[in-house]
Amino acid sequence: MPQFLKMFRSSTTAGTPPLAPSQERVPRRSTGFQEFTKVIQAREGLNVLDLGPTSPTNIHYLTSLGHKIYNVDVLLSSMDPALLSPGEDGVATVDVERFFAENLVFRGEQFDAVLLWSVADYLPELLVKPLVERIHSVMQPGGMLLGFFHTKDAGPQAPYHRYHIAGADTLELQQVPRFRLQRVFNNRHIENLFHNFKSLKFFLARDHTREVLVVR
Amino acid sequence: MWKARPEEKPTGSAAPAPSTTNNSTTMSATPVTAVVSAGAAAAPAASAAPRSTFVPQRQAENFRAEVAHIGKSVLIKGELSGSEDLYLDGEVEGSVDLKQHSLTVGPHGRIRANIRAREVIVHGKVDGNIAGDEKVELKKSAVLSGDITTQRIMIEDGAFFKGAIDLLKDGKSQSGDHRRELSFTSAAGSNS
Repeated sequence: MPQFLKMFRSSTTAGTPPLAPSQERVPRRSTGFQEFTKVIQAREGLNVLDLGPTSPTNIHYLTSLGHKIYNVDVLLSSMDPALLSPGEDGVATVDVERFFAENLVFRGEQFDAVLLWSVADYLPELLVKPLVERIHSVMQPGGMLLGFFHTKDAGPQAPYHRYHIAGADTLELQQVPRFRLQRVFNNRHIENLFHNFKSLKFFLARDHTREVLVVR
Repeated sequence: MWKARPEEKPTGSAAPAPSTTNNSTTMSATPVTAVVSAGAAAAPAASAAPRSTFVPQRQAENFRAEVAHIGKSVLIKGELSGSEDLYLDGEVEGSVDLKQHSLTVGPHGRIRANIRAREVIVHGKVDGNIAGDEKVELKKSAVLSGDITTQRIMIEDGAFFKGAIDLLKDGKSQSGDHRRELSFTSAAGSNS
């Protein structure tokens, strides 16, 4: 039974074909993104790292502001079958060392802004802390990160969304059925996760989401 | 009474018949230099049959306007360069340099190479950097792991992209080399 539960909770769907995302996009106002936008609109030529799924809308928005954008779909990369190895209990787990050897390697590039979206809630447990450490190491001092975290009310079935930038304070959410919520961070967890950073600011949204602005 | 023979048809109806080789007198002035693996020799061989030398002038001009084509069974290892537009549906390992011409990577295309061309359109898979002097297009089936440097970019929803995009303005990078000290502290206050 525990084995079954582990399988049920596992985010891995390696070997299964990717499910087509829903075409429907639901607009949502975001105070966190509004604050984030103020910063990235203030000047041109920033290095922006988007850790969500490839979004043509985001790329267009950010490049039209004169920024250089980097895109790494961390969640999708974590499901690369080549990075999975069978654990002691038979459940496939991601090889952390190999993952970070092949992902988020920027050869000295430093980022002024990072869009983490809700990736941390869906990422395999083993990757969460190292991911935040890697982000810290590639961010400029004073750089800003925007992350979304579910509150405990969201429930385990909370769907994963692609976030498309629709305006200075508006995002469009597109549901992706492939990923499963792994955990819920409370405020304290989030503070611990970003303990190396300079400051955090929380915005509680209506849809059981906590928007967090983190300054490196 | 008698049906006209194919070679006597009017030139306007000439089939595109893209060729994997440049043996036609009408194809490239600058040949595509490549090493074609022995295993992939079958595909070009099919089109290597000598063409009729009886090619009317207008038909020859139509062929010039066509795009060179590398089929899906072709594997190229090494440096692929040329001075004409290219449709690449095969596999390339090395580098691709088409200077002022366009490259289309077909849906079966598998490129492990850095690409330089005036315009690059990707339907297939590319593992390498793309420098498109004018434009880069990623179609919905595209999978790109590498950086893009170009003046204009179009990405269809569904395309997978992992890398950096640097849009050039007047041939210069927007991000620039100068790094500025950022001060975002005012935007994000202390912990709540």
